[in-house]
Amino acid sequence: MIRVVLPPHLRTLAHVGMEVSIDVQGSITQRSVLDALEASYPMLCGTIRDHDSKERRPFLRFFVCGEDWSHESPDHPLPQDVAHGKEPFLVIGAIAGG
Amino acid sequence: MSKVRVLVGTHKGAFVLTSDGKREKWDVSGPHFAGWELYHLKGSQVDPNRIYASQTSGWFGQIIQRSDDGGKTWTQPGTPPGEQQAPQQGPQKGESNKFVYNTSPEKGGKPLTTHQWYDGTQHPWEFKRVWHIEPSLTDADTVYAGVEDAAIFKSTNGGKSWEEMPGLRGHGTGPKWQPGAGGMCLHSIVLDPKDPKRMYIAISAAGAFRTDDGGKSWKPINQGLKSQYIPDPNAEVGHCVHHIAAHPARPNVLFMQKHWDVMRSDDAGDSWHEVSGNLPTDFGFVIDVHAHEPETIYVVPIKSDGEHFPPEGKLRVYRSRTGGNEWEPLTKGLPQSDCYVNVLRDAMAVDSLDKCGIYFGTTGGQVYASNDAGDNWAPIVRNLPAVFSVEVQTLS
Repeated sequence: MIRVVLPPHLRTLAHVGMEVSIDVQGSITQRSVLDALEASYPMLCGTIRDHDSKERRPFLRFFVCGEDWSHESPDHPLPQDVAHGKEPFLVIGAIAGG
Repeated sequence: MSKVRVLVGTHKGAFVLTSDGKREKWDVSGPHFAGWELYHLKGSQVDPNRIYASQTSGWFGQIIQRSDDGGKTWTQPGTPPGEQQAPQQGPQKGESNKFVYNTSPEKGGKPLTTHQWYDGTQHPWEFKRVWHIEPSLTDADTVYAGVEDAAIFKSTNGGKSWEEMPGLRGHGTGPKWQPGAGGMCLHSIVLDPKDPKRMYIAISAAGAFRTDDGGKSWKPINQGLKSQYIPDPNAEVGHCVHHIAAHPARPNVLFMQKHWDVMRSDDAGDSWHEVSGNLPTDFGFVIDVHAHEPETIYVVPIKSDGEHFPPEGKLRVYRSRTGGNEWEPLTKGLPQSDCYVNVLRDAMAVDSLDKCGIYFGTTGGQVYASNDAGDNWAPIVRNLPAVFSVEVQTLS
Protein backbone atom coordinates (compact mmCIF):
# COMPACT_ATOMS: atom_id res chain seq x y z
CA MET A 1 0.00 0.00 0.00
CA ILE A 2 1.14 3.51 -0.79
CA ARG A 3 0.91 6.07 1.97
CA VAL A 4 -0.23 9.58 1.00
CA VAL A 5 -0.22 12.54 3.37
CA LEU A 6 -2.77 15.22 2.51
CA PRO A 7 -2.93 18.91 3.53
CA PRO A 8 -5.60 19.74 6.13
CA HIS A 9 -8.24 21.16 3.78
CA LEU A 10 -8.15 18.07 1.59
CA ARG A 11 -8.46 15.80 4.61
CA THR A 12 -11.66 17.63 5.49
CA LEU A 13 -12.91 17.36 1.95
CA ALA A 14 -12.23 13.63 1.79
CA HIS A 15 -13.33 12.93 5.39
CA VAL A 16 -9.99 11.31 6.21
CA GLY A 17 -7.13 11.75 8.64
CA MET A 18 -3.69 13.06 7.85
CA GLU A 19 -2.63 9.98 5.93
CA VAL A 20 -4.42 7.57 3.62
CA SER A 21 -3.26 4.24 2.25
CA ILE A 22 -4.08 3.30 -1.30
CA ASP A 23 -3.51 0.34 -3.51
CA VAL A 24 -1.60 1.28 -6.65
CA GLN A 25 -1.26 -1.14 -9.52
CA GLY A 26 1.82 -1.30 -11.73
CA SER A 27 4.66 1.18 -11.69
CA ILE A 28 4.69 3.53 -8.69
CA THR A 29 4.87 7.06 -10.09
CA GLN A 30 3.34 10.42 -9.23
CA ARG A 31 0.76 9.83 -11.92
CA SER A 32 -0.21 6.34 -10.82
CA VAL A 33 -0.37 7.37 -7.16
CA LEU A 34 -2.56 10.39 -7.88
CA ASP A 35 -4.74 8.43 -10.31
CA ALA A 36 -5.34 5.83 -7.59
CA LEU A 37 -5.92 8.51 -4.97
CA GLU A 38 -8.56 10.23 -7.12
CA ALA A 39 -10.20 6.90 -7.94
CA SER A 40 -10.55 6.11 -4.24
CA TYR A 41 -11.42 9.64 -3.20
CA PRO A 42 -13.20 11.19 -6.19
CA MET A 43 -14.00 14.34 -4.23
CA LEU A 44 -10.31 15.20 -4.61
CA CYS A 45 -10.49 15.27 -8.41
CA GLY A 46 -9.29 18.66 -9.57
CA THR A 47 -7.97 19.74 -6.18
CA ILE A 48 -4.37 18.47 -6.55
CA ARG A 49 -4.11 18.37 -10.32
CA ASP A 50 -5.99 20.38 -12.89
CA HIS A 51 -9.13 18.49 -13.84
CA ASP A 52 -8.39 18.66 -17.53
CA SER A 53 -4.63 18.91 -18.04
CA LYS A 54 -3.67 16.82 -14.97
CA GLU A 55 -0.92 19.34 -14.20
CA ARG A 56 -0.06 19.98 -10.56
CA ARG A 57 -1.92 22.95 -9.15
CA PRO A 58 0.50 25.86 -8.79
CA PHE A 59 0.37 26.24 -4.99
CA LEU A 60 0.89 22.56 -4.23
CA ARG A 61 4.14 20.61 -4.02
CA PHE A 62 5.02 16.92 -3.83
CA PHE A 63 7.66 15.92 -1.28
CA VAL A 64 9.17 12.45 -1.22
CA CYS A 65 11.87 11.12 1.11
CA GLY A 66 13.00 14.61 2.05
CA GLU A 67 13.15 15.85 -1.53
CA ASP A 68 10.93 18.08 -3.64
CA TRP A 69 9.61 16.00 -6.52
CA SER A 70 7.22 18.65 -7.80
CA HIS A 71 9.13 19.22 -11.00
CA GLU A 72 9.95 15.62 -11.72
CA SER A 73 8.20 13.87 -14.56
CA PRO A 74 4.87 12.48 -13.36
CA ASP A 75 5.92 9.16 -14.88
CA HIS A 76 9.29 8.94 -13.14
CA PRO A 77 9.30 5.99 -10.71
CA LEU A 78 9.11 7.04 -7.08
CA PRO A 79 11.73 5.77 -4.59
CA GLN A 80 11.47 2.23 -3.34
CA ASP A 81 10.78 3.46 0.18
CA VAL A 82 7.53 4.98 -1.10
CA ALA A 83 6.70 1.93 -3.17
CA HIS A 84 7.20 -0.28 -0.11
CA GLY A 85 5.19 1.94 2.19
CA LYS A 86 8.12 2.97 4.37
CA GLU A 87 7.85 6.62 3.43
CA PRO A 88 4.74 8.59 2.49
CA PHE A 89 4.07 10.65 -0.62
CA LEU A 90 3.39 14.13 0.76
CA VAL A 91 1.04 16.63 -0.88
CA ILE A 92 1.95 20.01 0.57
CA GLY A 93 0.08 23.30 0.30
CA ALA A 94 2.24 26.42 -0.03
CA ILE A 95 2.54 28.40 3.18
CA ALA A 96 1.04 31.63 1.90
CA GLY A 97 -2.01 33.79 2.27
CA GLY A 98 -4.06 34.38 5.39
CA MET B 1 -45.37 30.34 10.36
CA SER B 2 -42.95 31.78 7.88
CA LYS B 3 -39.22 31.43 8.30
CA VAL B 4 -36.27 33.13 6.75
CA ARG B 5 -32.97 31.49 5.88
CA VAL B 6 -30.04 33.73 5.02
CA LEU B 7 -27.14 32.12 3.16
CA VAL B 8 -23.86 33.93 3.70
CA GLY B 9 -20.67 33.26 1.76
CA THR B 10 -17.48 34.59 3.29
CA HIS B 11 -13.74 34.66 2.83
CA LYS B 12 -13.39 31.73 5.25
CA GLY B 13 -16.53 29.66 5.04
CA ALA B 14 -20.31 29.68 4.75
CA PHE B 15 -22.88 30.54 7.38
CA VAL B 16 -26.60 29.84 7.50
CA LEU B 17 -28.68 32.31 9.53
CA THR B 18 -32.27 31.41 10.35
CA SER B 19 -35.14 33.24 12.00
CA ASP B 20 -38.89 33.19 12.22
CA GLY B 21 -41.01 35.69 10.34
CA LYS B 22 -40.39 38.40 12.91
CA ARG B 23 -36.72 38.39 11.98
CA GLU B 24 -35.59 39.56 15.37
CA LYS B 25 -33.83 36.51 16.85
CA TRP B 26 -31.42 34.54 14.75
CA ASP B 27 -29.69 31.17 14.88
CA VAL B 28 -26.26 31.05 13.32
CA SER B 29 -24.93 27.83 11.79
CA GLY B 30 -21.36 27.56 10.57
CA PRO B 31 -18.75 27.91 9.47
CA HIS B 32 -19.44 25.35 6.79
CA PHE B 33 -16.34 24.56 4.69
CA ALA B 34 -14.19 26.41 7.22
CA GLY B 35 -11.16 28.07 5.75
CA TRP B 36 -12.41 28.01 2.17
CA GLU B 37 -13.69 30.96 0.17
CA LEU B 38 -17.43 30.67 -0.37
CA TYR B 39 -18.18 33.00 -3.23
CA HIS B 40 -21.89 32.29 -3.43
CA LEU B 41 -24.67 30.07 -2.13
CA LYS B 42 -28.18 30.04 -3.48
CA GLY B 43 -31.26 27.94 -2.91
CA SER B 44 -33.70 26.57 -5.46
CA GLN B 45 -37.13 28.15 -5.59
CA VAL B 46 -38.51 24.80 -6.75
CA ASP B 47 -37.07 22.91 -3.77
CA PRO B 48 -35.91 25.31 -1.03
CA ASN B 49 -33.98 22.55 0.71
CA ARG B 50 -31.80 22.29 -2.36
CA ILE B 51 -28.91 24.74 -1.98
CA TYR B 52 -25.90 25.06 -4.22
CA ALA B 53 -22.60 26.52 -3.04
CA SER B 54 -19.40 27.61 -4.72
CA GLN B 55 -16.45 26.63 -2.54
CA THR B 56 -13.11 27.79 -3.90
CA SER B 57 -9.46 28.10 -3.00
CA GLY B 58 -6.33 29.46 -4.60
CA TRP B 59 -4.60 26.24 -3.56
CA PHE B 60 -7.17 23.57 -4.31
CA GLY B 61 -9.38 25.05 -7.00
CA GLN B 62 -13.13 24.89 -7.42
CA ILE B 63 -15.54 22.69 -5.48
CA ILE B 64 -19.29 22.63 -5.99
CA GLN B 65 -21.27 21.65 -2.94
CA ARG B 66 -24.94 20.81 -2.69
CA SER B 67 -27.27 20.47 0.24
CA ASP B 68 -30.63 18.70 0.01
CA ASP B 69 -31.66 19.44 3.59
CA GLY B 70 -31.56 23.20 3.77
CA GLY B 71 -27.88 23.55 4.54
CA LYS B 72 -27.50 21.03 7.35
CA THR B 73 -25.37 18.58 5.37
CA TRP B 74 -23.47 18.95 2.13
CA THR B 75 -22.02 16.72 -0.55
CA GLN B 76 -20.25 17.18 -3.83
CA PRO B 77 -22.96 16.27 -6.35
CA GLY B 78 -22.46 12.80 -7.72
CA THR B 79 -19.62 11.97 -5.36
CA PRO B 80 -20.26 9.72 -2.37
CA PRO B 81 -19.21 11.43 0.84
CA GLY B 82 -17.18 9.84 3.59
CA GLU B 83 -15.12 6.69 3.49
CA GLN B 84 -12.74 5.50 0.84
CA GLN B 85 -14.50 4.25 -2.26
CA ALA B 86 -13.69 1.26 -4.33
CA PRO B 87 -12.26 2.66 -7.56
CA GLN B 88 -15.28 3.54 -9.65
CA GLN B 89 -16.30 1.68 -12.73
CA GLY B 90 -18.42 3.28 -15.41
CA PRO B 91 -19.10 7.01 -15.38
CA GLN B 92 -16.26 8.95 -13.82
CA LYS B 93 -16.94 10.53 -10.45
CA GLY B 94 -15.71 13.87 -9.25
CA GLU B 95 -17.05 15.67 -12.31
CA SER B 96 -18.96 18.25 -10.29
CA ASN B 97 -15.84 20.38 -9.92
CA LYS B 98 -14.90 20.24 -13.58
CA PHE B 99 -15.37 23.42 -15.56
CA VAL B 100 -13.76 23.07 -18.95
CA TYR B 101 -14.27 25.72 -21.57
CA ASN B 102 -15.89 24.76 -24.80
CA THR B 103 -13.68 24.61 -27.84
CA SER B 104 -14.57 25.14 -31.43
CA PRO B 105 -14.93 21.86 -33.37
CA GLU B 106 -14.75 23.66 -36.70
CA LYS B 107 -11.39 25.10 -35.66
CA GLY B 108 -10.02 21.73 -34.63
CA GLY B 109 -10.79 22.07 -30.94
CA LYS B 110 -9.12 25.46 -30.57
CA PRO B 111 -10.32 27.95 -27.96
CA LEU B 112 -13.45 29.85 -28.89
CA THR B 113 -11.84 33.21 -28.36
CA THR B 114 -9.27 35.23 -26.44
CA HIS B 115 -9.69 38.28 -24.24
CA GLN B 116 -7.76 41.46 -23.63
CA TRP B 117 -5.10 41.22 -20.94
CA TYR B 118 -4.04 44.04 -18.62
CA ASP B 119 -1.27 45.07 -21.01
CA GLY B 120 -3.59 45.17 -24.02
CA THR B 121 -2.40 41.88 -25.53
CA GLN B 122 -4.72 38.95 -26.17
CA HIS B 123 -4.86 36.22 -23.54
CA PRO B 124 -6.45 32.75 -23.44
CA TRP B 125 -9.34 31.98 -21.12
CA GLU B 126 -8.25 30.34 -17.85
CA PHE B 127 -10.82 28.98 -15.40
CA LYS B 128 -10.41 30.29 -11.86
CA ARG B 129 -13.64 29.99 -9.88
CA VAL B 130 -17.41 30.15 -9.82
CA TRP B 131 -18.63 33.59 -8.76
CA HIS B 132 -22.37 33.11 -8.95
CA ILE B 133 -24.78 30.18 -8.94
CA GLU B 134 -28.30 30.62 -10.23
CA PRO B 135 -30.74 27.72 -9.82
CA SER B 136 -33.43 27.33 -12.46
CA LEU B 137 -36.85 28.71 -11.61
CA THR B 138 -38.56 25.53 -12.81
CA ASP B 139 -36.26 22.56 -12.19
CA ALA B 140 -34.23 21.94 -9.04
CA ASP B 141 -31.64 19.92 -10.97
CA THR B 142 -30.95 22.67 -13.50
CA VAL B 143 -28.54 25.34 -12.38
CA TYR B 144 -26.33 27.96 -14.00
CA ALA B 145 -22.86 29.06 -12.93
CA GLY B 146 -21.17 32.33 -13.76
CA VAL B 147 -17.42 31.88 -13.70
CA GLU B 148 -14.06 33.64 -13.92
CA ASP B 149 -12.68 33.89 -16.61
CA ALA B 150 -16.08 35.02 -17.77
CA ALA B 151 -18.40 32.35 -19.12
CA ILE B 152 -21.67 30.72 -18.21
CA PHE B 153 -21.97 27.01 -17.48
CA LYS B 154 -25.10 24.91 -17.06
CA SER B 155 -25.83 21.70 -15.20
CA THR B 156 -29.00 19.70 -15.75
CA ASN B 157 -28.19 16.93 -13.25
CA GLY B 158 -28.09 18.76 -9.96
CA GLY B 159 -24.53 19.96 -10.34
CA LYS B 160 -22.96 16.56 -11.06
CA SER B 161 -21.45 17.84 -14.28
CA TRP B 162 -21.24 21.17 -16.10
CA GLU B 163 -21.11 22.29 -19.68
CA GLU B 164 -20.34 25.72 -20.98
CA MET B 165 -23.04 27.56 -22.90
CA PRO B 166 -20.68 28.55 -25.69
CA GLY B 167 -22.95 31.06 -27.42
CA LEU B 168 -21.89 33.78 -25.01
CA ARG B 169 -18.15 33.59 -25.61
CA GLY B 170 -18.87 32.76 -29.22
CA HIS B 171 -20.56 36.09 -29.67
CA GLY B 172 -17.40 37.50 -31.21
CA THR B 173 -16.66 40.35 -28.85
CA GLY B 174 -14.41 38.28 -26.55
CA PRO B 175 -11.19 40.00 -27.69
CA LYS B 176 -12.60 43.25 -26.28
CA TRP B 177 -13.47 41.82 -22.86
CA GLN B 178 -10.96 42.54 -20.13
CA PRO B 179 -10.49 41.76 -16.45
CA GLY B 180 -11.47 44.31 -13.85
CA ALA B 181 -9.60 44.61 -10.58
CA GLY B 182 -11.39 41.53 -9.27
CA GLY B 183 -10.72 39.48 -12.38
CA MET B 184 -12.80 38.89 -15.48
CA CYS B 185 -15.88 37.43 -13.91
CA LEU B 186 -19.45 36.66 -14.88
CA HIS B 187 -21.13 37.68 -11.64
CA SER B 188 -24.79 38.36 -12.40
CA ILE B 189 -27.37 35.96 -13.81
CA VAL B 190 -31.00 37.08 -13.94
CA LEU B 191 -33.62 34.59 -15.13
CA ASP B 192 -36.86 35.85 -16.62
CA PRO B 193 -39.80 34.19 -14.82
CA LYS B 194 -42.14 35.04 -17.69
CA ASP B 195 -39.96 33.81 -20.51
CA PRO B 196 -37.86 30.70 -19.82
CA LYS B 197 -35.74 31.32 -22.89
CA ARG B 198 -34.68 34.79 -21.76
CA MET B 199 -31.89 35.52 -19.31
CA TYR B 200 -29.51 38.32 -18.58
CA ILE B 201 -25.90 38.15 -17.45
CA ALA B 202 -23.26 40.73 -16.62
CA ILE B 203 -19.50 40.60 -16.78
CA SER B 204 -16.72 42.74 -15.36
CA ALA B 205 -15.46 44.17 -17.59
CA ALA B 206 -17.47 43.45 -20.69
CA GLY B 207 -20.99 44.57 -19.86
CA ALA B 208 -24.46 43.07 -19.88
CA PHE B 209 -25.73 40.48 -22.34
CA ARG B 210 -29.13 38.94 -23.03
CA THR B 211 -30.27 35.73 -24.61
CA ASP B 212 -33.77 35.20 -25.98
CA ASP B 213 -33.26 31.62 -27.12
CA GLY B 214 -32.26 29.81 -23.96
CA GLY B 215 -28.58 30.63 -24.23
CA LYS B 216 -27.85 29.62 -27.82
CA SER B 217 -27.10 33.19 -28.82
CA TRP B 218 -26.46 36.37 -26.88
CA LYS B 219 -26.44 40.06 -27.64
CA PRO B 220 -24.65 42.84 -25.78
CA ILE B 221 -27.16 45.17 -24.11
CA ASN B 222 -25.03 48.16 -23.22
CA GLN B 223 -26.50 51.01 -25.23
CA GLY B 224 -26.65 54.06 -23.02
CA LEU B 225 -23.81 53.05 -20.73
CA LYS B 226 -21.00 55.59 -20.61
CA SER B 227 -17.65 54.58 -19.15
CA GLN B 228 -14.92 57.19 -19.17
CA TYR B 229 -12.27 54.61 -18.29
CA ILE B 230 -12.36 52.89 -21.70
CA PRO B 231 -11.17 54.38 -25.00
CA ASP B 232 -14.69 54.69 -26.41
CA PRO B 233 -16.99 55.55 -23.48
CA ASN B 234 -20.03 54.38 -25.49
CA ALA B 235 -18.51 51.13 -26.73
CA GLU B 236 -20.66 48.09 -27.45
CA VAL B 237 -18.70 46.09 -24.85
CA GLY B 238 -15.98 46.79 -22.29
CA HIS B 239 -18.08 48.32 -19.51
CA CYS B 240 -17.46 47.34 -15.92
CA VAL B 241 -20.95 46.39 -14.79
CA HIS B 242 -20.95 45.54 -11.10
CA HIS B 243 -24.41 44.06 -10.67
CA ILE B 244 -27.87 43.90 -12.25
CA ALA B 245 -31.24 43.20 -10.67
CA ALA B 246 -34.86 42.94 -11.73
CA HIS B 247 -38.22 42.46 -10.03
CA PRO B 248 -39.68 39.04 -10.91
CA ALA B 249 -43.05 40.53 -11.85
CA ARG B 250 -41.49 43.01 -14.24
CA PRO B 251 -38.44 41.36 -15.77
CA ASN B 252 -38.19 43.81 -18.65
CA VAL B 253 -37.16 46.53 -16.21
CA LEU B 254 -33.54 46.17 -15.18
CA PHE B 255 -31.49 48.08 -12.67
CA MET B 256 -27.72 48.22 -12.80
CA GLN B 257 -24.96 49.35 -10.50
CA LYS B 258 -22.12 50.07 -12.85
CA HIS B 259 -18.56 50.82 -11.77
CA TRP B 260 -19.74 54.40 -11.71
CA ASP B 261 -23.41 55.21 -12.40
CA VAL B 262 -26.68 53.63 -11.36
CA MET B 263 -28.61 52.76 -14.51
CA ARG B 264 -32.09 51.65 -15.51
CA SER B 265 -33.53 49.97 -18.56
CA ASP B 266 -37.25 49.73 -19.37
CA ASP B 267 -36.81 47.64 -22.49
CA ALA B 268 -35.01 44.49 -21.35
CA GLY B 269 -31.63 46.12 -21.64
CA ASP B 270 -31.93 47.43 -25.19
CA SER B 271 -31.28 50.92 -23.82
CA TRP B 272 -30.20 52.34 -20.50
CA HIS B 273 -30.45 55.70 -18.80
CA GLU B 274 -28.81 56.97 -15.68
CA VAL B 275 -30.83 57.21 -12.45
CA SER B 276 -28.06 58.17 -10.03
CA GLY B 277 -29.94 61.36 -9.16
CA ASN B 278 -29.04 62.74 -5.74
CA LEU B 279 -26.83 59.87 -4.56
CA PRO B 280 -23.73 61.13 -2.73
CA THR B 281 -21.64 58.97 -5.05
CA ASP B 282 -22.82 56.64 -7.76
CA PHE B 283 -19.96 54.19 -7.38
CA GLY B 284 -20.90 50.94 -5.66
CA PHE B 285 -21.41 47.24 -6.09
CA VAL B 286 -24.84 46.05 -4.91
CA ILE B 287 -28.28 46.88 -6.20
CA ASP B 288 -31.55 45.15 -5.39
CA VAL B 289 -35.31 45.54 -5.75
CA HIS B 290 -38.01 45.46 -3.07
CA ALA B 291 -39.97 42.20 -3.15
CA HIS B 292 -43.39 43.84 -3.50
CA GLU B 293 -42.67 47.28 -4.93
CA PRO B 294 -40.97 47.07 -8.32
CA GLU B 295 -40.11 50.76 -8.26
CA THR B 296 -38.37 50.58 -4.89
CA ILE B 297 -34.66 49.89 -5.22
CA TYR B 298 -31.64 49.86 -2.94
CA VAL B 299 -27.96 50.64 -3.36
CA VAL B 300 -25.03 51.17 -1.01
CA PRO B 301 -22.92 54.06 -2.31
CA ILE B 302 -19.17 53.58 -2.03
CA LYS B 303 -16.85 56.56 -2.17
CA SER B 304 -14.87 55.73 -5.30
CA ASP B 305 -13.03 53.06 -7.24
CA GLY B 306 -9.90 54.06 -5.37
CA GLU B 307 -11.50 54.16 -1.94
CA HIS B 308 -13.79 51.18 -1.44
CA PHE B 309 -15.65 52.38 1.64
CA PRO B 310 -18.70 54.49 2.41
CA PRO B 311 -18.40 58.27 2.04
CA GLU B 312 -17.60 60.08 5.30
CA GLY B 313 -17.28 56.76 7.14
CA LYS B 314 -21.09 56.51 7.27
CA LEU B 315 -22.66 53.23 6.21
CA ARG B 316 -25.85 54.23 4.42
CA VAL B 317 -28.23 52.23 2.29
CA TYR B 318 -29.99 54.47 -0.20
CA ARG B 319 -33.55 53.71 -1.20
CA SER B 320 -35.46 55.06 -4.15
CA ARG B 321 -39.21 54.61 -4.27
CA THR B 322 -39.34 56.08 -7.75
CA GLY B 323 -37.21 53.59 -9.62
CA GLY B 324 -34.18 55.84 -9.32
CA ASN B 325 -33.18 59.52 -9.41
CA GLU B 326 -34.74 60.38 -6.04
CA TRP B 327 -32.89 58.68 -3.22
CA GLU B 328 -33.17 58.75 0.58
CA PRO B 329 -30.47 57.62 2.99
CA LEU B 330 -31.39 54.81 5.39
CA THR B 331 -29.22 55.03 8.49
CA LYS B 332 -31.12 53.86 11.58
CA GLY B 333 -29.09 51.08 13.16
CA LEU B 334 -26.16 51.43 10.78
CA PRO B 335 -22.81 52.86 11.89
CA GLN B 336 -22.63 56.57 11.11
CA SER B 337 -19.02 57.19 11.98
CA ASP B 338 -15.67 55.53 11.39
CA CYS B 339 -17.09 52.82 9.16
CA TYR B 340 -14.79 51.79 6.32
CA VAL B 341 -16.19 48.51 5.07
CA ASN B 342 -17.28 47.60 1.57
CA VAL B 343 -20.42 45.81 0.40
CA LEU B 344 -19.60 43.46 -2.46
CA ARG B 345 -21.75 42.90 -5.52
CA ASP B 346 -23.62 39.76 -4.46
CA ALA B 347 -23.93 40.75 -0.81
CA MET B 348 -27.47 42.15 -0.75
CA ALA B 349 -30.78 40.29 -0.91
CA VAL B 350 -34.43 40.67 -0.04
CA ASP B 351 -37.02 38.34 1.48
CA SER B 352 -40.63 38.22 0.37
CA LEU B 353 -42.49 38.50 3.66
CA ASP B 354 -45.26 41.07 3.94
CA LYS B 355 -42.88 43.65 5.27
CA CYS B 356 -40.04 43.13 2.91
CA GLY B 357 -36.77 42.26 4.62
CA ILE B 358 -33.50 43.65 3.27
CA TYR B 359 -30.13 42.07 4.08
CA PHE B 360 -26.55 42.93 3.28
CA GLY B 361 -23.10 41.81 4.35
CA THR B 362 -19.88 43.77 4.62
CA THR B 363 -16.21 43.11 4.18
CA GLY B 364 -15.97 43.77 7.92
CA GLY B 365 -17.98 40.63 8.63
CA GLN B 366 -21.29 42.18 9.62
CA VAL B 367 -24.60 41.02 8.18
CA TYR B 368 -27.26 43.67 8.65
CA ALA B 369 -30.99 43.04 8.36
CA SER B 370 -34.00 45.28 8.14
CA ASN B 371 -37.43 43.78 8.71
CA ASP B 372 -39.24 46.93 7.56
CA ALA B 373 -37.98 47.58 4.05
CA GLY B 374 -34.94 49.51 5.20
CA ASP B 375 -36.35 51.94 7.76
CA ASN B 376 -34.51 50.26 10.64
CA TRP B 377 -31.46 48.02 10.66
CA ALA B 378 -29.80 45.67 13.11
CA PRO B 379 -26.80 43.36 12.77
CA ILE B 380 -27.57 39.65 12.72
CA VAL B 381 -23.88 38.89 13.19
CA ARG B 382 -20.99 41.27 13.66
CA ASN B 383 -17.75 39.36 13.36
CA LEU B 384 -17.81 36.94 10.44
CA PRO B 385 -14.99 36.81 7.92
CA ALA B 386 -15.36 39.27 5.04
CA VAL B 387 -18.75 38.68 3.44
CA PHE B 388 -18.77 37.87 -0.27
CA SER B 389 -22.44 37.07 -0.79
CA VAL B 390 -25.84 37.13 0.87
CA GLU B 391 -28.93 35.31 -0.37
CA VAL B 392 -32.28 34.92 1.34
CA GLN B 393 -34.87 32.17 1.26
CA THR B 394 -38.40 32.87 2.47
CA LEU B 395 -39.80 29.61 3.79
CA SER B 396 -43.37 28.79 4.64
